[in-house]
Amino acid sequence: MTEPLAHRALLYLDDVRVSFDGFKALKGLSLTIEPGEMRAIIGPNGAGKTTMMDVVTGKTRPDSGEVLFDGGGVDLTRLDEAAIAGLGIGRKFQKPTVFESHTVEDNLYLALKADRGPFASLFHRLGADEAARIDEILATVKLADRRDDLAANLSHGQKQWLEIGMLLAQEPKLLLVDEPVAGMTDAETMETAALLRRIHDSGKSVVVVEHDMAFVRELGVKVTVLHEGGVLSEGSIDHVASDPRVIEVYLGR
Amino acid sequence: MIGHFLFRGLDRGVVVALTVILAIGVLVPAANLLLPPGHPLHVPTYLVTLFGKYATYATLALALDLVWGYCGILSLGHGAFFALGGYAMGMYLMRQIGSRGVYGNPLLPDFMVFLNWKELPWYWLGFDRFGFAALMVVLVPGLLAFVFGWFAFRSRVTGVYLSIITQALTYALLLAFFRNDMGFGGNNGLTDFKDIVGFPVQAAGTRAALFFLSCLLVAASLLLAAGIVKSKFGKVLIAIRDAESRTRFIGYRVATYKTVVFTVSGVLAGLAGALYVPQVGIINPSEFAPANSIEAVIWVAVGGRGTLTGAIVGAVAVNWGKTWFTGALPEFWLFALGGLFVVVTLFLPKGIVGTIAEIRAKRTAAAAAAPKPAPAE
Repeated sequence: MTEPLAHRALLYLDDVRVSFDGFKALKGLSLTIEPGEMRAIIGPNGAGKTTMMDVVTGKTRPDSGEVLFDGGGVDLTRLDEAAIAGLGIGRKFQKPTVFESHTVEDNLYLALKADRGPFASLFHRLGADEAARIDEILATVKLADRRDDLAANLSHGQKQWLEIGMLLAQEPKLLLVDEPVAGMTDAETMETAALLRRIHDSGKSVVVVEHDMAFVRELGVKVTVLHEGGVLSEGSIDHVASDPRVIEVYLGR
Repeated sequence: MIGHFLFRGLDRGVVVALTVILAIGVLVPAANLLLPPGHPLHVPTYLVTLFGKYATYATLALALDLVWGYCGILSLGHGAFFALGGYAMGMYLMRQIGSRGVYGNPLLPDFMVFLNWKELPWYWLGFDRFGFAALMVVLVPGLLAFVFGWFAFRSRVTGVYLSIITQALTYALLLAFFRNDMGFGGNNGLTDFKDIVGFPVQAAGTRAALFFLSCLLVAASLLLAAGIVKSKFGKVLIAIRDAESRTRFIGYRVATYKTVVFTVSGVLAGLAGALYVPQVGIINPSEFAPANSIEAVIWVAVGGRGTLTGAIVGAVAVNWGKTWFTGALPEFWLFALGGLFVVVTLFLPKGIVGTIAEIRAKRTAAAAAAPKPAPAE
């Protein structure tokens, strides 16, 4: 019965195993993200959340298991980071990483969907449609008034938003967002939740990895709980929060 | 397309630098050739040659700044590309000697006769033609840079590890070129040049022409490098320097970008070496010495990393200092150079040009913030 599921899914992970020097980071992880779905992934430290993202984005090659994209048509384990990004998978890191010595505008300019080859970029000229797209994204991530400032001079929260803006500029089908609200104020956290919901509403699939339960509740989407490299529980936030195994993992130590 | 690409690089600093370089390139030879020796503004031929040498160093520094300043690749072996370009030119100049050598052999350079070689090694064929030699000046350093970059950057060797490999590269070439049976003149290298494209290398007119060409090369390299760094390609280089994995996850093939810019830089360094050799009259394995490449890094650091014009300023300033020091206080030059590097790192981390630009930017910002209209900067 896995065949139809893989065909329906945007992202399909089946029995993925990864180990580093004997440490088993993922022990048979299976996960399915449907087109247009937003999913929150929670789990304690070492549950395998970041490793899962590394596998999907091509940074880490799994020892075994299937990682398929776009209705099972593409095997992600055979591609490198740049190729996977080109397919339409954008990733936001846990620590905000923007290009600090570029302006906010140039950060988005570099991220805009375009030919990534060296010779294409050598002779590329910023077109009117690209400028319009940058304006649109600046408005979405509320950074229009910081357009010409260096990214280094943004606040922590603004850097996170700029990075989300850079993801949007890539026009991905799937956004992987790693702890977007770490270190944010409560107001910024709520703002970020609204921003992610807007992105989801525009038809993109979003996977959010997060520790902050209040934030996950604010998102109001299906939650997957990872523990020790596998799925522990899955369902609505109220369902997983009342799951005795989840309570055991989060509170039992 | 190309026109727009080159034009884009022309900000005010680059235009000023180009004007100054080309003016020097014309005025110094003119002052040498047209003014009589007694005239107060006459420039003696030895100075023309010395400045010509500085100009080739300036191009080497530019090439290094392009990879180090903009892409974060700290090459400690750029002297290797410079020396290879120099050897290619030296081989052409050796073949031009013909039967005027000490042993009078019409085909074999003196050192081969001395080693009892009977025929010209295959890799010396074609070097009697300038066009072929000029092609090799570009191709050999370019190919080495490309192959080296291809393997190093694809394997994701970065930072200090990459710097160490570049040192090893130039050191390995140093040892190889020292060997007599390599066929490049061993320890003595290639020298005793007679003429270049039909003109005697020692003549004042040839020296003046070589000086002009060296300045032209600096200007052309600056124009090219400025066009590169202002383009989207250049912005990707800076992105790689600042956040390499972010650049990769956004979809850019980092290794490809690094290989391309490293190859361009290697070619520029090779061209500089090719103009260096006829002016100094010799190329030997000591040009591959790791210390030479490190010195080039100091020029860039002194002038201002990531500023392009700073690389030129740094190369000329430090070498001027070197010329003065090695004349006045020869035993202290290396201490002065080391001290200079420490002082620049501690007190002038952005170098000469970088610091000036910073002060000017602060002034402009202050003027913009001031309520009353300030005089235009």
